[in-house]
Amino acid sequence: MISSSDQSRDILTARPPRTGVWPAFVSFGAVIAAQAYAILTSPAEGDMGHLQKIMYVHVPAAWMTFLSFFVVLVFSVRYLWRRRENDDLIAASAAEVGATFNGLTLMLGMIWGRPAWGVWWVWDARLTSTLVLFLIFVGYLALRAFTDDAQQKARWSAAVGAIGALNVPIVYMSVKWWRTLHQPPSSPATLDPRYTMGLRLNAIALLLVMIYFIRRRYEIARLERAVEHMAEAAAMGGQ
Amino acid sequence: MKRAWIIGGAAVIVAVFAWLLFGGLQKNVVFFLTPKELLAKGNEGVGVPVRLGGQVKPGSVKWNAQTLDLRFTVTDGAREMQVHSTGAPPQMFRDGMGVVVEGRVGTAGVFEATGLMVKHSNEYRPPKPGESAHEKYKTLLEQSTQ
Repeated sequence: MISSSDQSRDILTARPPRTGVWPAFVSFGAVIAAQAYAILTSPAEGDMGHLQKIMYVHVPAAWMTFLSFFVVLVFSVRYLWRRRENDDLIAASAAEVGATFNGLTLMLGMIWGRPAWGVWWVWDARLTSTLVLFLIFVGYLALRAFTDDAQQKARWSAAVGAIGALNVPIVYMSVKWWRTLHQPPSSPATLDPRYTMGLRLNAIALLLVMIYFIRRRYEIARLERAVEHMAEAAAMGGQ
Repeated sequence: MKRAWIIGGAAVIVAVFAWLLFGGLQKNVVFFLTPKELLAKGNEGVGVPVRLGGQVKPGSVKWNAQTLDLRFTVTDGAREMQVHSTGAPPQMFRDGMGVVVEGRVGTAGVFEATGLMVKHSNEYRPPKPGESAHEKYKTLLEQSTQ
């Protein structure tokens, strides 16, 4: 395990955020382009007409939720193993972004559910497990906000993050394991080819947004941590 | 001591996961019963709040736009059950669609629905040539607003 003075030196040498403005333009530009492509090229669906177009955000947002929480799992476990501050900060950044996508998935699902199913919400296995996943990571962020000691914060949130991420396969499999109102996942076999391309492009675009958000959030978290370490060092009378 | 906690915690998580996977919830977490399952309950299934799901039997829908009275049959391929509901159904409701109704079975064996939900499949396809996408629920809407 690395001593805390080594850690703070590592942090203090942190360079200022390197991610410039252009990745934001590229990722959000990709979203606009992918949305425009999907909306303009896909014909009205047989049962639900243009309602189907909610799919182009709802489904990729759900995928990015899963992916973000997978990042949380990997870096939480890596933190518990190596005890490096950076791993904790990456996990926390991914948790924040994942919770955002999770909320987006839930909101869009409700907006889609009202006209398609006739109800905003039902307590079936898919919707309930997705809400539980959201609440776990809101709890994770609350835990971080209420814990002052950096090491304690990192240890506790790594445990919550790793265990919370185990809910992801449950959410994904919920429609296969249990009988739900939500339909099982679509595949290229159940999706008209004219919808598949739009969905894939939007998934790539939201992936870029996810990477941009996590990276940017991580850089800010490192700066915040560097400031904390400097304040600590000053309080101790050093440097 | 600390190690024991970690091992104990990990064991609990694995156990819960295994339970989710291989049993327990499999039977309990069903959002709705099929007509076959509900009928198999016999008298126990009568008068208690329950959800019934299946396909709207093609040709069974009787909709009275004046009284907002809706009658149709739900089938699971094996057994079927008559459903009575009031009020305009969701716009995607139609012949052959998946549906979940909330309510209870009346003494006459007819399911008295208090709620009606459409269950969509995972298939998304544009209408076939010569068929318009909106026609299906437009006609229904027109009927209900007459």
